[in-house]
Amino acid sequence: MSGMYEGVFKRDLALAFRQKAELVQPLMFLLMVVTLFPLGIGPGPDTLQRIGPGVIWIAAILSSLLGMERLFRDDFADGSLEQLQLSGQPYYAVAALKVLCHWLVTFIPLLLLSPLLALFLNLTVDMYIALVLTLMLGTPLLSLVGAIGTGLTVGLQRGGVLLALLLIPVFIPLLIFATSAVDAAALQLPYRAQIAIIGAMLLLAMALAPAAIAYSLKVSQN
Amino acid sequence: MSGLVASKLTCIKRDRVLFEDLSFQLLPGQLIYLRGPNGAGKTSLLRILSGLSQPQSGSLLWQGNPLGEDWFTSLIYIGHKAGINGTLSPLENLQFWCAQHKVSFNEDNLYDVLALVGLVGMEDVPCRTLSAGQLRRAALARLWLKQADVWILDEPFTALDTRGVAQLEDKMCEHVGNGGAVLTTSHQTLSHRAGGYQTFDLEYRF
Repeated sequence: MSGMYEGVFKRDLALAFRQKAELVQPLMFLLMVVTLFPLGIGPGPDTLQRIGPGVIWIAAILSSLLGMERLFRDDFADGSLEQLQLSGQPYYAVAALKVLCHWLVTFIPLLLLSPLLALFLNLTVDMYIALVLTLMLGTPLLSLVGAIGTGLTVGLQRGGVLLALLLIPVFIPLLIFATSAVDAAALQLPYRAQIAIIGAMLLLAMALAPAAIAYSLKVSQN
Repeated sequence: MSGLVASKLTCIKRDRVLFEDLSFQLLPGQLIYLRGPNGAGKTSLLRILSGLSQPQSGSLLWQGNPLGEDWFTSLIYIGHKAGINGTLSPLENLQFWCAQHKVSFNEDNLYDVLALVGLVGMEDVPCRTLSAGQLRRAALARLWLKQADVWILDEPFTALDTRGVAQLEDKMCEHVGNGGAVLTTSHQTLSHRAGGYQTFDLEYRF
């Protein structure tokens, strides 16, 4: 287990912090997209509040797709994944650890940035709490499911657009429940049901995705 | 049965049969030199034997059992891709590799090995600044670190200078002498330094 921690987790974190540009770019993209909406639609506070949750979630999904390729691309290209596959470590655990690392460096900054975004879009405090809850449960789901698609497309020459086409439809249920939770919060209605469904999807993904990611990576090696 | 036994392997790539019903055995103390023209399927065979990819049909046994954790702890595979990350230094690459492969190491030991393969002074520079030969040397440093019975080396001499080639041949000879097994491909013939070896020819099929 210590081998996994030293060899995979610490390695990926070290690499992420050495390639800071790759970390910051999706975040800047997210910030830009969110700032474009008040400019394009007009700064009416009510309009912004209505579209706010949807805007933040769509921007989060798009920016996560930008950074998703980074997850396995370099390791696949330079052969590090081959060496990992032959290391005798359980491959699903390697996959899970890589995804955890990716989530930490991609989505934790997004969560930290979210108060600013909520301010831009005139969200109320209730709405913001609901938004953060959905982001905390929903973004690990984006990472886990996204990693399956990334594993499948990593061997392709131009996998980027294909990856987006594969993944965006899969993220639709998440988007619907997340924005509906925030809408409910805006109306002071309970939104536990939506949170529970996102939580259930996350648990299912946590149980099944690591094996699927490991398998997709093995298929890409063939 | 000891060693690595492959029976009736078939590999098909893009509707072309690379090899069919190929049986193969790698025993301790054997150096097998796999030969064949470009496109004959040498790399595909090595990847299947190492467990990286799956054959269309056929089976692989290591010490009488299907390939499992036991096999991976006794294998070093070095393929066309060096498995060296360009952002990390050679030292970090080896550290992380050792951790992944559960090889115990200390930093002095790593410095010694890097010096041995001729990377003195390069330990802490990012690997993307190294030359092709130096990258190959950083990858081959693994042979000095992990105690593995079987080495599967795909074109290990690529980009190495004559001294590097000689050093690697000596190392292979020593490994085989200690009861290890080596399976390698190369387009340059092995010299006498590598000791006695068997050849295995793979034909190009249409």
